[in-house]
Amino acid sequence: MSTYKIAVIGDKDSILGFKTIGVDTFPVTSSEAALTSLKKLISEDYGVIFITEELARDLEDIIAELSKRYLPAVVLIPNSKGTLGIGIQQIKKNVEKAIGADILFRKEG
Amino acid sequence: MEIRVNPTRMELNRLKKRLTMAQRGHKLLKDKRDELIRQFLILVRKNKDLREHIEEELSAAFSKFLLARAVMPAESLEEALMYPTKTLNLEISQQNIMSVYAPKFDWAEEDAGGGESSIYPYGFVDTSAELDISIETLSAILPQLMELAEVEKSVQLLAEEIEKTRRRVNALEYVLIPKLEETIKYITMKLEESERGALTRLMKIKDVVRAKM
Repeated sequence: MSTYKIAVIGDKDSILGFKTIGVDTFPVTSSEAALTSLKKLISEDYGVIFITEELARDLEDIIAELSKRYLPAVVLIPNSKGTLGIGIQQIKKNVEKAIGADILFRKEG
Repeated sequence: MEIRVNPTRMELNRLKKRLTMAQRGHKLLKDKRDELIRQFLILVRKNKDLREHIEEELSAAFSKFLLARAVMPAESLEEALMYPTKTLNLEISQQNIMSVYAPKFDWAEEDAGGGESSIYPYGFVDTSAELDISIETLSAILPQLMELAEVEKSVQLLAEEIEKTRRRVNALEYVLIPKLEETIKYITMKLEESERGALTRLMKIKDVVRAKM
């Protein structure tokens, strides 16, 4: 069993704190830079990549592609401005894909 | 629409075998799909709860961090965080959910040196209290974050597998099995027809022979 690393991509204000708990941080400011970092991280041995929703919004395609793969796991996190609800949206999409109807969130909406 | 075949008895037997096979496969796949959906629902509920919880906690941590960034000079903040006390090592093993292979994350924290078990990589002198709180929250939430990563990945992979299985079930149920049944019917009717044809011919010949005598 090989060991992997954990990375976080996001704006500096949000992710610097992750550094203290031993996660590799990749501060970026634009979604283009985020894409480059993400591509770089995929080719290296990162098992889990956290990425802020704000950046992930523009990288939908590649994240959807990665979600079909075994590794790495790309996890969306909110940034310092709060959550955009994309993460929850993705869960919803998964439910719809698997079951055909949204049965998890219907009660609230 | 049926499959183009020669209406022979051999072909009929072959098709009947294929039909039973398809029906067995259909039943198995249906069972697989039902069980996958059951597992999926358990996981996806967990995923939703975890994510809601984490988004709340993280937002709180981030807003504290933002405050810390506001009250501290950027250089000293970066200096304070420059050398983390720990590195995280992630170990990945496979877990098998209904023959869907999903990664299972185990992580180990490794002290980078100093031997201290403190989560703060800095002294308390020139840093703000908000930074402490934010880092404490972050480090407390890490196990849950890893769990979220694991659960979310499993959910994604399961969703993919369920979709695939459902498509197979539907292809069998609505395409292959009706086609086979129709072809079997066609061959049976053809065979019966030729049997009848043979019988009438025999009777006719008998008549002809009898008339000559």
